[in-house]
Amino acid sequence: MSNEYLELSQVSIEFPTPKGPFKALNQVDLKISQGEFVSLIGHSGCGKSTVLNIIAGLLKATTGGVLLESREVDEPGPERAVVFQHHSLFPWLTVYQNVELAVKKVFKGKMNKREMAEWIHHNLELVHMRHAEHKRPAEISGGMKQRVGIARALAMQPKVLLMDEPFGALDALTRAHLQDSLMEIQDELGNTVIMITHDVDEAVLLSDRIVMMTNGPAATIGDILHIDLPRPRRRVELAGDSRYNAYRAEVLKFLYERQRNPADDDDTSGKTAQPKIRAVKTAQVGDEKVKVA
Amino acid sequence: MKDKFLNTLQLIGMTWLSPLVKLASGDNPREQFADLFRYVGLPFIAVAAFLFLWAGLASKVDTSLGQLPGPVQVWDQVQGLAEEHERERHKAEAFYERQDERNAKKLAKDPDAEIKWREYTGKPTFLDQILTSLVTVFTGFLLGTLIAIPIGIACGLSKTLYGAVSPLIQIFKPVSPLAWLPIVTMVVSGVYVSADPMFQKSFITSAITVMLCSLWPTLINTAVGVASIDRDLINVARVLRLGWWTQVFKIAIPSAIPMIFTGLRISLGIGWMVLIAAEMLAQNPGLGKFVWDEFQNGSSDSLGRIMVAVLAIGLIGFLLDSLMLTLQKIFSYDRSVELR
Repeated sequence: MSNEYLELSQVSIEFPTPKGPFKALNQVDLKISQGEFVSLIGHSGCGKSTVLNIIAGLLKATTGGVLLESREVDEPGPERAVVFQHHSLFPWLTVYQNVELAVKKVFKGKMNKREMAEWIHHNLELVHMRHAEHKRPAEISGGMKQRVGIARALAMQPKVLLMDEPFGALDALTRAHLQDSLMEIQDELGNTVIMITHDVDEAVLLSDRIVMMTNGPAATIGDILHIDLPRPRRRVELAGDSRYNAYRAEVLKFLYERQRNPADDDDTSGKTAQPKIRAVKTAQVGDEKVKVA
Repeated sequence: MKDKFLNTLQLIGMTWLSPLVKLASGDNPREQFADLFRYVGLPFIAVAAFLFLWAGLASKVDTSLGQLPGPVQVWDQVQGLAEEHERERHKAEAFYERQDERNAKKLAKDPDAEIKWREYTGKPTFLDQILTSLVTVFTGFLLGTLIAIPIGIACGLSKTLYGAVSPLIQIFKPVSPLAWLPIVTMVVSGVYVSADPMFQKSFITSAITVMLCSLWPTLINTAVGVASIDRDLINVARVLRLGWWTQVFKIAIPSAIPMIFTGLRISLGIGWMVLIAAEMLAQNPGLGKFVWDEFQNGSSDSLGRIMVAVLAIGLIGFLLDSLMLTLQKIFSYDRSVELR
């Protein structure tokens, strides 16, 4: 943790509701180094997306703040590109034009027309979508749309790539393909990535660290798990790997024993949410001592 | 090639022809005949049943102008109107020929002679009336669109503005054309004063009435379309830091296009309905005036002619709607939605 590339300190957010302010996040502290792949995992409604939106600048923290390369984040910008869960491509533009819109805005004056076209093609090739560049979003599958969404985000050459459950709406096979593609791209580009996910396997497979969130309201970071598996990682090999399975078990335990789904049992929510935990080896959560790998 | 042709048929609303095309190219005949029956056979049966019912019932209704005309008498009137149109055209041609001859003679005698050109002022035929009506409805519709779309976009972008304008929209939307017409007539005759008017007052009155009644669906649909952009798309725009104008022209308007076209389609339909009423009252030449004149005329042919007009109004309304539907399909980016 020598290099604090992105830093969230004491981030809390309240939303006004008719019944008074609702505290969604409480005192979130997180430091991320350059080139790190971090997943945020937690039950629905625990504020994972809120954390991501605050980093993106789409939401403003009520207290605390975000620093990227020691500069405060106070508005959205292309250096923090977002891949949304529902592709969010412009349906009236072709695949190429969707990426072009971003490239034109970000590299205006820095690239000439030919360079821009090359850059767009390069990014479409990264996600294997060059063949469909003249199609509209309605003409391609959900997985392909998500690929284009990723290409558009990558084409902005972001300092941090933010992904909000990018594969959540896809079927298992397509998701696996996209995860592999994402790992390939990650090996090549070494981006700093923050990804939200529901999927334990996805989190362990892709991440350097998994940030586990407690249940809301007033959600915060419950635990952080370092995934110390060598790269490149292959899902088939890892399926029998004991360390992989131990990490998996760790996340599952957090989600289903310590942070039960609020839909199952409302009592557990919030109770365990007090202590702040950084990337340290052990931490006090609730009244039980837990070991973090 | 075949698929392209089929797509075009679908686009212009002639899907019923596609089984014939598929049949000609050797697709499974049984399926195609089933389709053919569904698209052509069933409607044909329904229309035939309607005609029989009409013919049977019409002879039982006695009016002050004689029996209610059945399909056969109405068809006679269609032919009668067509002949009348031919006759009028011949008369007009003859008139211009005579005028040309007279002028040529005058010039031959004295090259400096003052020659006169006069327009032929015969009675407008049924086809002329249709043409006038179409010109009027499109003028009113275009004027309405030019007003409705910008206001709609502004209302969609700003909740404050929409909140302010909304009561006005809700109050004026349900007003009948018949209520607008006297006001519009007085305003036009007061404001539009010129020695050599480019348009007839009655034309302007009808067009403005059409405009006033037809702009609301476009306005509301545009506002709703612009206001209901996917939040994710707005977030993408924010991440890209697109400027305000870019957001409006590259994102808000394109994403509202399908809704705008739905509004335009409803507007044109309303405009066409309103026009007939407006023409009747304003005495603007057109189908409405044709109906009114025949009603006042009260000859034994009148009822049949009015029925021809009714059918023509319906048919043209249907064609206008198909035209708008085709445009809507062309401009809609989401081809997976079936528009009807």
